[in-house]
Amino acid sequence: MTTPVSDPATSFLFGRLTLESLPLHEPILVATFAMVALGGITLVAALTYFRLWGYLWSQWFTSVDHKKIGIMYMILGVIMLLRGFADAIMMRLQQAMAFNGSEGYLPAHHYDQVFTAHGVIMIFFVAMPMVTGLMNYVVPLQIGARDVSFPFLNNFSFWMTAGGAIIVMMSLFIGEFAMTGWLAMPPLSGAEANPGVGVDYYIWGLQVAGVGTTLSGINLLVTIIKMRAPGMTMMRMPIFTWTSLCTNVLIVASFPVLTAVMVLLTLDRYIGTHFFTNDMGGNPMMYTNLIWIWGHPEVYILILPAFGIFSEVTSAFSGKRLFGYTSMVYATVCITILSYLVWLHHFFTMGSGASVNSFFGITTMIISIPTGAKLFNWLFTMYRGRIRFDLPMMWTIAFMITFTVGGMTGVLLAVPPADFVLHNSLFLIAHFHNVIIGGVLFGLFAGMNYWFPKAFGFKLDEFWGKISFWFWVAGYWFAFTPLYVLGLMGVTRRMRVFDDPSLQIWFLIAAFGAGLVAIGIAAFLIQIAVSVRDRKKNRDVTGDPWQGRTLEWATSSPPPDYNFAFTPVVYDIDAWHDMKTHGYERPLSGYEAIHMPKNTGAGVIIAGLSVALGFALIWYIWWLAVVSFVGILAVAIGHTFNTKRDFYIPVETVIDSEAKRTKLIESGA
Amino acid sequence: MSSTVTNAEPRRFHLDHEPHLPEGDSTMLGFWIYLMSDCLIFAVLFAVYAVLGQGFAGGPGPKELFELPLVALNTAMLLLSSITYGFAMLEMAQKRQSQMIRWLIITGLFGAAFLTIELYEFYHLIHEGATPGSSAFLSSFFTLVGTHGLHVTFGIIWLITLLVQVTRTGLTPSNMRRLMCLSLFWHFLDVIWIGVFTFVYLMGMI
Repeated sequence: MTTPVSDPATSFLFGRLTLESLPLHEPILVATFAMVALGGITLVAALTYFRLWGYLWSQWFTSVDHKKIGIMYMILGVIMLLRGFADAIMMRLQQAMAFNGSEGYLPAHHYDQVFTAHGVIMIFFVAMPMVTGLMNYVVPLQIGARDVSFPFLNNFSFWMTAGGAIIVMMSLFIGEFAMTGWLAMPPLSGAEANPGVGVDYYIWGLQVAGVGTTLSGINLLVTIIKMRAPGMTMMRMPIFTWTSLCTNVLIVASFPVLTAVMVLLTLDRYIGTHFFTNDMGGNPMMYTNLIWIWGHPEVYILILPAFGIFSEVTSAFSGKRLFGYTSMVYATVCITILSYLVWLHHFFTMGSGASVNSFFGITTMIISIPTGAKLFNWLFTMYRGRIRFDLPMMWTIAFMITFTVGGMTGVLLAVPPADFVLHNSLFLIAHFHNVIIGGVLFGLFAGMNYWFPKAFGFKLDEFWGKISFWFWVAGYWFAFTPLYVLGLMGVTRRMRVFDDPSLQIWFLIAAFGAGLVAIGIAAFLIQIAVSVRDRKKNRDVTGDPWQGRTLEWATSSPPPDYNFAFTPVVYDIDAWHDMKTHGYERPLSGYEAIHMPKNTGAGVIIAGLSVALGFALIWYIWWLAVVSFVGILAVAIGHTFNTKRDFYIPVETVIDSEAKRTKLIESGA
Repeated sequence: MSSTVTNAEPRRFHLDHEPHLPEGDSTMLGFWIYLMSDCLIFAVLFAVYAVLGQGFAGGPGPKELFELPLVALNTAMLLLSSITYGFAMLEMAQKRQSQMIRWLIITGLFGAAFLTIELYEFYHLIHEGATPGSSAFLSSFFTLVGTHGLHVTFGIIWLITLLVQVTRTGLTPSNMRRLMCLSLFWHFLDVIWIGVFTFVYLMGMI
């Protein structure tokens, strides 16, 4: 048994890192690097020129304010969306080209990295940060709290997530990424089949980000349980808070499994253990089971908050209380529990036998019942409502239509005999993009359009928002309907070249769809730019631009650091709507100093050292690994000696900012 | 809509004064949830041991490798350390700082003894050629027991940190909270070890 540890090419100073590790022979990567480097230098120069480093460090990077951390999560998600989408369009282009003897333009080595990176980035570094970002921003406001339970931990969690993203991005220019598919199944991801650094980048990127995700899950869970405003019983919580609660339960109860299974894969690769090898008693199916025990709850981690967003939006834009609040809560809880009982449907074909497959097929189908109940709740909320077709509502309606189709193909895949035909085909790819784009992504866009005015004090531009909406929705259908067709015809996923020329037309349509989505993304970026330019015109002076119903609309837009000058008291579901109907008047005097947590740089530093540790382990640079690990311990312990963690916002500041708000409201009246 | 306004009794929609939550109010709940997530990591390692623990790959099994008297001694060290940690917490409740510190030092020494014996056992096994790479059984054995050992190591580092903090600033509320968290952590590791002892060592001898 040779393990990579004894690789003779390992030097003390640089480990396995040599000049050959830089992909200088791949023109696509060199050009990308040139562009990224140019962009990066411009950005750094601009920040230096405008003297923004100090501001960024003291007001943002070290901030423990849940609102700023939420915004940073969203920015991370949008940046990584561009990377993940670049991978997507490269794949579409390759598959549209590689017919009639053409090899396309991507060598296999590169293509395999592209589809792996696309999956990993979209799930871990686009969907997760954006979902976490929205929860971070909105949940404390919805429950009438000043911040989360553990503000420092929140900052640290964000930077660990960003650290994981940095590790994955480094693989683009230093070495390579995994060529295994997004779940890195052994024995393909083992040391024998994949001795390079690609899988190591995958492992350490996920481990660093996973620490952040788990801690942020604990944090939000405790926040929702302990920090609700007086009167807000569990059954008076806004639905988005409910779905966030369930999502964070899922995070806390599933991410440790991912952490553990990644550790086992690491040991197999680094010290030659035999957990998932084909010989010496190892069992690769153990990995498959464990990774899906995490992986299936993971998809509900993503979709539940989206369901929450749609509930908030439907109710606000129909001008009605949500139909069937209680059934919505129970449906969410049912889905939370059931999400742990279905993991085996990801590998029906792998020999579990008929009875086991039947069990998991049935549990999977059962999930469609609470999900269907939710859909009817939204429809009945709209029924006889005074519906306003603003952007969040448009995304919600697009979701209802798109997601229903995805749900139905999901039920089809849950039938084991059907799955035997469709397993690993493009039908599956079409199905999960149908629910992740049609569900999670549409939900994130609905949420961003809905809460943007709360976060920044002005609405997003309608015109560009609508352009983005229509291109996204049409682009989705053009890009993935052909994959359903191809999948039914038996075309498998992850193919680089094709023999049958009659299939090409479908791939061309799919590539066209990806082009439409590209315009949708561009329009989204333009939408933000135009909105910033026209911010005076689209200003929200009331703090309640959509006639909202939950507490986040009770405070100003953007909210002050302390969120609420006085802690709100809750008597009903839709607390803010209740306050408005009871003629609530905002108090204008009697302010007090407010106790708040203090910013700290410890989170950024520990996360930075974790990136260094990950990099060192990927390249076998042992001295750096030891130094950075000791550094992490030292900074973490040092931080516990820091007792100056809180301060009071003086009452003068509170009076001042509340007076500004009074003036702002009067200016709009 | 308007009728509800007129019929409604006046409600107070905000608190006039800041509610004063005790400092660190949520810490114990948060730490409990962390422990449960850590418990899941051990659950995975136990499950892996259950599935792969028979994969001897023609090499030695538990009966040839384990020395129960040594493990029993080791278990005694850890259980005693839990008792002494309990004594330390009783002293803390009485605000007797120096007695508490004494019990904590004893706890740390028991923990260190546990680790020493465990490392001796590992060294002994590896010396005999039973390494983590020898078979899936040994891979899962070393990982499960080693992960527990790593936790104890971090517990000792944490204990030393807290001893320094208590000596510097005394039994402040935040120090007492931290000692309570470490207490939970320490007893949790004890419970895990009872699982390891039963499931890996005792059942391995049957």
